[in-house]
Formats: sequence, structure tokens, C-alpha cells
Amino acid sequence: MTPHHTLSDHELSDHQLSDHERPRGDVMPEARVIPLRQDGGRPRPRPAPRRASRPGIGSLTERTAAARGLDGDGRPTEEAVDAVEPATGGELAALPAPSGPTELEARVAEVGEFLQRRLTGRYAVDDFGFDRDLTENVVMPLLRPLYEKWFRVETIGTENVPTSGGALLVANHSGTLPLDALMTTVATHDDLPVPRYLRMLAADLVFGLPGVGAAARKAGHTLACNADAEALLSAGELVGVWPEGFKGIGKDFADRYKLQRFGRGGFVSAALRCGVPIIPCSIVGAEEIYPKIADLGPIARLLGVPYFPITPTWPLLGPLGLVPLPSKWYIEFGEPIHTDSYDPSAADDPMLVFNLTDQVRENIQQTLYRLLAGRRNAFLG
Amino acid sequence: MPEAPSVVLVTGVSRFLGGHLAARLAADPSIERVLGVDTTPPSREMRRRMGRAEFVRVDIRNPLIGKVISTAKVDTVVHASLSGNPGQSGGRSMMMEMNVIGTMQLLAACQRSDTVRRLVVKSTSAVYGASKRDPATFTETTEPKAIPPGGYAKDAVEIEGYVRSFSRRRPDIPVTTLRFVNLIGPRIDTSFVRYFSLPVVPVVLGYDARVQLLHEEDAVAVLERAAAQDLPGVFNVGGAGVLMLSQAIRRAGRFPLPIPQPAVPLVGRFTRRARLVDFSPEQMRLLNFGRVVDTTKLRTEFGFTPRWTTVQAFDDFVAGRGLRPWIDPSRLGQAQDAAVAVARALPTGS
Repeated sequence: MTPHHTLSDHELSDHQLSDHERPRGDVMPEARVIPLRQDGGRPRPRPAPRRASRPGIGSLTERTAAARGLDGDGRPTEEAVDAVEPATGGELAALPAPSGPTELEARVAEVGEFLQRRLTGRYAVDDFGFDRDLTENVVMPLLRPLYEKWFRVETIGTENVPTSGGALLVANHSGTLPLDALMTTVATHDDLPVPRYLRMLAADLVFGLPGVGAAARKAGHTLACNADAEALLSAGELVGVWPEGFKGIGKDFADRYKLQRFGRGGFVSAALRCGVPIIPCSIVGAEEIYPKIADLGPIARLLGVPYFPITPTWPLLGPLGLVPLPSKWYIEFGEPIHTDSYDPSAADDPMLVFNLTDQVRENIQQTLYRLLAGRRNAFLG
Repeated sequence: MPEAPSVVLVTGVSRFLGGHLAARLAADPSIERVLGVDTTPPSREMRRRMGRAEFVRVDIRNPLIGKVISTAKVDTVVHASLSGNPGQSGGRSMMMEMNVIGTMQLLAACQRSDTVRRLVVKSTSAVYGASKRDPATFTETTEPKAIPPGGYAKDAVEIEGYVRSFSRRRPDIPVTTLRFVNLIGPRIDTSFVRYFSLPVVPVVLGYDARVQLLHEEDAVAVLERAAAQDLPGVFNVGGAGVLMLSQAIRRAGRFPLPIPQPAVPLVGRFTRRARLVDFSPEQMRLLNFGRVVDTTKLRTEFGFTPRWTTVQAFDDFVAGRGLRPWIDPSRLGQAQDAAVAVARALPTGS
């Protein structure tokens, strides 16, 4: 049941689980500080899995233990005493792993609790339709294997993303399908010292697609327009934009890592109006997942999509062609470009907006070249 | 010019909003007279509730309404009869007649009158339409991306147009236009209420709309406040927060029935024929994309904060209607306990 972790992770999760096994009222020990990253960027130890560190679980485990462990009179049964015993003893003896059934039980109880919440509708969504419960328990676990195992994403410069408050993350777009955007949401959730939900601004095409549009709303993303960007930024959210849009994501493989035009600078004026920092984000590896070697324009027009890609495997191999190539990814968060020194009215100065747009674009392009120079192989890193 | 109204005329009193507003105003001793007009008399229960309010059976499409206003020296007109429920209004074309032509007549009468000092118009957030290109929340100044194609929403757009030209012609009369989101509550009857009361609720496959609701009591309170003070302007009126359509259906303990997009009009025709729910195409689009309005202006400028949030209003509706969930929550709890027990009984080893 215990998933793949580095050694330090294992220690951490063991430690926390044994905490939960303690009877109520016990004093929590001081949190141990585990360095999340060494200097120099890589290699990167992964933070503890959220599943084990979420605050709700402790109480849940305790509660289920209480539910099954009390007999009719409310006195603990022998079973319950047994159940508590090995855990407290285990901590003293520093057992290598928590006892199997309790972990399984906790998982079952957790899943049951989740299903109950979903079936009775007892969860909250914000005005944008962001469903935190679903994102945390379904979306992230679905994306995580792709992030950890398939693309083996390494993040650099996570300290450049503010731990709180509004910020605008601007990244390069590539890969035919927006997997780069999805992986960035995992990066900001799993690899930052404090997990943050990246609220992306997407094209209207996304919200017209059945299934996809609804899922995007639930994951917290919204339409790319100034009203929504400013609403999210002023609410203190981390907002992600891919200003190249379809020009970037749908470019030919031959043009890989050449940044396209950065929209019309709408993202810069939104950041200026809200006075939030712009964080350039450079993604290397996403260009190689679906190398687009040709484009069938007429079919694209027929389907109402901006391009219909031909890759070495699609549509040649049918559905198998949808499997992305396992390139090795790097996501680097650059130094924030602060906008709070400008007056909010600076957003109406097109020259300043263009200059800042160029600055962000140059920054990302240079970072891409640097990362590419350090990369030996697209698939091995 | 005195602030407080003394003679109030309320349209649409045989329906929930107009009737309850008339009752509230009649309970206020500072108001001299409350006149309620509608084409059909209010129910016996509503008449009892309305107390000293007088009912005048007059069709607002008839110039007679002008005579009522001038003889009674009406100083405040609350136009609350905008209807989105063709079933109650005697069909689609009749609804449009009542909504648009009725408003034109009423505005014409107000323009002529030298006693009217205040006009309150009930509108709807449906004027924003619903499309994939809409921002997450609409402010009062947001231009609709797609003009609503027909029905209720188009009526409301036209009515607002007439109201705007009225204020140009009579700038001395402050006009309050209130754009309500969908109303819900234990007593009100709207197509939305009927929709959620269906045992199996049809939804559009692959779409999940954000739904914003307003409690019926809040709706009456907003109208009452607008009638009592000069608060000119256009205001969005809605409860705080949103529910997803799927979430609302689950909270009501109903089952969703996903229908592929091409079959939606067919199902709409069926529910209309079967007199279950009459949804206009505009409301069908709402079920695809949802609509949320920004109520900052209501809270700051208008000075009203709805007492019920969207979720609370919906729960009050579910409790008040006595909707029995199909899935008993306590059963779910038992199922979970059983699953945990099974997990415990499994042999040790990982």
C-alpha cells in the first residue's frame, strides 16, 4: 500500500501515522523540519504525500476507531484496547512500518467519507466552480503518476513562487495537448513549500467541450478574460496563463522551444491593475510529448478546433497515438517581476505593457535555452 | 420631495413576489394605500395575507392602468409581474404579451402621470445570457456575449430597453431595475423549483452548471427596500456563493439523468407536454453553462445583503418542500461502517 518514496518521506509518513494512533488528548510532538531541497536545484526530494499529511485524517482514524471500539455502554472493548496498544508501543519500539489493517481501515474510511460527501453534495465550491474536495482527492491523484513516473518532472526555483497572496504565473505553451498546464498545477501543489492551487485561464474552446469544460471549472480554471483574471488575482489566488495560446501549443515540432507572440499583453495589464508579481515559468520537455509534424487544416475546421495534428503515432496507431512520449521535464520558476511599484493606472499605458510583456517573454526564452543547453537527452534528461 | 411612499401600486399580485410584497407594504402603517393589480385575482390565502391592500383587477396592457394610477394618485410603482413561467401565464405568446406589452403600457401611464415619483422594475439576470465565452461572474456593466435568443430572457432585455428610454424621458423619476437570479424557497413556484422536484432530474451530459439562487424572502425584502427609498440604478440580486447543478441535485436527494446535448430539446418538449417543467431554450442553456452574478453593488450601493446564501436557500427549499432523498444518508454511513469492518476483517499483511 505504501507508495514509492524516498527515504526521508518514508520516515515522515511513519512518524505522522503513529501520531494518529495515539489516544486523544496526547500532546502533539514538535514538527520535525525536513529540508525539502538542497541548494542547486536538483535532485529534488519529494515532499510527503498529501494523503498522509492532511489534517482531517487523524480525526477520522480516531473516530472510526472510536466507532468500532466502544461497546453498548460506551466502555472500550478489549479489541479497542488491543488496537491502541500496538501503535503506542510501536512508537516506542520504532517499528519500521505501521500495522497493516489500521492503515487499510483508515484508507477505506477515508474513501467512504469522500463518497458520502460526494453523494450527498456536502462540499463547497467557489464562485468559479472550483471544487477543492474533488481536486484534492481525484484530480491530483490522477495526474500525479503522470507527473512523477511518466514525465519525472523536476522543479527548479520553487522559492520564487510566493507562498501566499496573488501572483501571476506566465509560462510557455507546447505539446499539442495542454499537458504542460496540467503538470504545472501538480507542480504548484506538490512541490511548493506550501501547496497552492494554480487557477488557470483557458480558452473558451475548453468550456464549450462537454466533459472537459465542466472538469476544468471544477479544477478551478476559468475563461481567459481580464474580468476573471483580476477577480482571481485580487482574491489572492495563484493564476496561470499561457499567453502564446494556440499558436504556442499547436506549433510544429520543428519550431520547438521558439516562443510565439505573447498574446496582446492582457495578462500584464491584469497584473499591473492588481499589483501582483509576474512569475515567469519555463517548461522544458513538453515539446517532445506529441511531436506535431503536420496539420490537417480542413479536418480541424470541420471539427471546429484550431488544428488537427499529425504525430508519428497519431492517427497512425489510433488511440495508442494518444499516449504521450515519456520525455523528461523541467519546470523552472523564475525570479518574480514585481509590478507593485507601478501605479494601477499604468495598465492603461500600452508602451509599458508591451515592454513588460517583452521582458517576461525574453526571460522565459533565455531560461529555456539555458535549460536546453544543460539537457543531454530529451527522454533521459 | 418626501422620501417615504404613500400610495404604492404593485403589479403581478396574484403571484408570489407581487402578493407578498403587497402584504408587506400593507403591514407598514406609514403607507397610506397599497394597490395590487393583476389579471387574475390572488388566491384566498394570498388575499388574507394582503390585509388592507386593495386588489384591482386590471390588465396592465389596457390603458385603464393609467386611470388607476391617476385617480389613486399613485406615487410609487413596483412592476413585479415579469414572468418566466408560461404555464402560469397562459402560454408562451401570452407571457410575452403580458411581459413586454404590459410593461410598455405601464411605462406609458407612468410617463403621463404627475404623481409617480419612483419606479421599481423586476428584471432577471437572464439578460446576460449564458455561453462558454462568458466571464465567471457578471457585473451590472457586463455586455452579454450572446443575446438571449428568445422567451423570457428576450422579454427581459426588451423590457429593460423600454425602461431605459423611460428614464431618458422622465429623468426626474428614479428607476430601480433589479436583476434577480433564480428564486427558490419552500413556498414559491417557479420552473426551477419544479425542475428540482422531479424524481429524476434531467441534466445535459458532460456539462455541470454553476447555479446561483436567491431565497424568496430575500427577493421580497429587496423589492420592499427598493419601494421605500430612492435607490436608482441597475442591481444584480442573488445569494452569496454557488452550487453546482449536480451538487444541488444530490443535496435534494434526486437522481440526475444525463441527456446528450442533441436530445435535450426533445426531452424539453416532453416535460412541457407532460406538464412537468416548462423550460425555455434560454433556461436550457443555463443548465449548460450556468450563470453567476456579482452582487457587490447590491451590498454596497443598494445596502442589502441577502440573509440566505445560495446553499442555505436551497437547503431551506429542500426541507420546506419535504423532499425525501432517494438515498438515505444514514444508509451511506452504515455502508461505510460495513466497509471499514470488512477492511478490518481482512488478513494482516501489506
